[in-house]
Amino acid sequence: MLSHLPILQVILPLLGAPACLILGRGKLAWLFALLVSALSFCIAAILLTTVYNHGVISYALGGWQAPWGIEYRIDLLNAWLLVIVSASSTVSLLAAQSSISTEISLDKQGLFYVAWLLCLAGLLGILATGDAFNVFVFLEVSSLSTYTLISLGPNRKSLWAAFRYLIMGTIGATFILIGIGLMYIMTGTLNMQDLAQRLPPASESSTVFAAYAFILVGISLKLALFPLHLWLPNAYSQAPSIVTTFLAASATKVALYLLIRFTYTIFPSEFSQLVIPLADIFVALGVLSVFSASIVAIYQEEIKRAIAYSSIAQIGYMVIGLGIGGVLGLQATLIHVFNHALMKATLFMALAAIAARVGATTLTSMQGLGRKMPWTSFGFVVGGLSLIGVPLTAGFISKWYLVSAAALTGRWPLVFLILLGSLLAIVYIWRVVEALYFKPAADNSPVKEAPFAMLLALWLLVLGNVYFGIDTRLPVSISSEAATALVEGRP
Amino acid sequence: MTLLLSHYNYWIVVALMMIGFFIVIAQGNLVKKLVGLNIFQTSVFILYISSGKVTGGSAPILQDGITIYSNPLPHVLILTAIVVGIATTALGLALVIRIKKAYGTIEESEIQQRDHTC
Repeated sequence: MLSHLPILQVILPLLGAPACLILGRGKLAWLFALLVSALSFCIAAILLTTVYNHGVISYALGGWQAPWGIEYRIDLLNAWLLVIVSASSTVSLLAAQSSISTEISLDKQGLFYVAWLLCLAGLLGILATGDAFNVFVFLEVSSLSTYTLISLGPNRKSLWAAFRYLIMGTIGATFILIGIGLMYIMTGTLNMQDLAQRLPPASESSTVFAAYAFILVGISLKLALFPLHLWLPNAYSQAPSIVTTFLAASATKVALYLLIRFTYTIFPSEFSQLVIPLADIFVALGVLSVFSASIVAIYQEEIKRAIAYSSIAQIGYMVIGLGIGGVLGLQATLIHVFNHALMKATLFMALAAIAARVGATTLTSMQGLGRKMPWTSFGFVVGGLSLIGVPLTAGFISKWYLVSAAALTGRWPLVFLILLGSLLAIVYIWRVVEALYFKPAADNSPVKEAPFAMLLALWLLVLGNVYFGIDTRLPVSISSEAATALVEGRP
Repeated sequence: MTLLLSHYNYWIVVALMMIGFFIVIAQGNLVKKLVGLNIFQTSVFILYISSGKVTGGSAPILQDGITIYSNPLPHVLILTAIVVGIATTALGLALVIRIKKAYGTIEESEIQQRDHTC
């Protein structure tokens, strides 16, 4: 049983989805989805401890050995991401029932959980697999269910956002498919480990270069890296609130994982150094992401949209870490992936709670909520502090590692830019804090505190933000070992 | 000239890819956008399938006297990708129907206009 955990990780939510359909509507489907998601999280935790103690797990699907069969390969990097994704799904699902009861009609609620579990299966599949074509298939499984989830949003704009994301996402996924095809033409294999060995002899050919270019652009589209980020603000701000919580904490992280996997494990290292100055391009695009998105975020009236833009800025920080490279830069990225999942889930969860009680998340509708919904408001403030990078929150640890990675490689202008980016975060978070606590309510209608399930999920995340801001042993040790393995694993 | 002729399948792929991509970007009609997306995806199918051809090879069926076979794997892969493409198209068309009901139009410019006015 234990040896089959890598495949159970993916199969469980994949089979859970149709089972959820049979269970029907409302509460029962919710409990079942929550159970499946929690079990996935347990499996991911077991996998992570196993990998941490005993090294890489390789699982041959159906007993067909790699490179002929499909291999599921769990190393520290994807075990870490598996934990992040399944945990964010579980915590979001905890609050899902209370959140969607006001946003989605009862007859669609069962189907909502079906799409959710499919999305989870797709995301976990991308992470677990060691086969390049399998990545594409799971990417589409998760994308198609994501479009469905987004289109379930409360007003008609969600349909338009979902359609635009469908067009952009399909182009991105097809680019990845082209890249994988070109790699297959050159090497005759789809297994990632096999590719890593067979690509270096062919690395002079322009076909391999084209493959890398197609894959990079395709992943950047899914990652919403500037300037390919245009789908994200609409998709995140129009989706049902709880879907945004889940997606912000997981989907872009998975795309970032793909970027790391393809850059570090599969393609020969000289690519990222010689042919084009990829590292510098990453840093430049990261900085542009941080500033363009943060400045736009400051001017948003709709706070859900502002935080969506802030997500693009945070992706920028992760890509900067990737551009700095080496063990330090990669470690900074991996820590930020975890901490960003925590802080963004906190912020969007608080917004979901506000949307559930007030019905909107515009700046004016949030005025005076500090007194009416004290627990939710304070949760938002902690998440915001973490986003800014105040000491004793998880965000500080990310910024610390990122800044020290930049400083130790002698990139002082970059250090300055990262700190300046944090100042912009203060501005857009402060606008909300001001509305919550220092402005009188627009009307004096009584507003109840958020439903218990949402508060529970929110405060789990808030405590996570504070705990991992103080006790950093878990993320630091895992990310440092994962980064070392990736850098040393390069040919 | 020989490069043009001997690799004609790839030229077809590139042409189809660009036509599809152009339609997705240039057309304002949502159904036409989906048609463009389909052409774009189809070009990738051809890229995969034509790469499986081995010169002088026969169909990959075990038979006496035949030693060279075409590579069947790309065909199998692309069956999966075709299914994915159908799912994407179906979901896209379903969204178009919902958009038509909600907005009363399937023209991109009119949808954006209606979003801004209200």
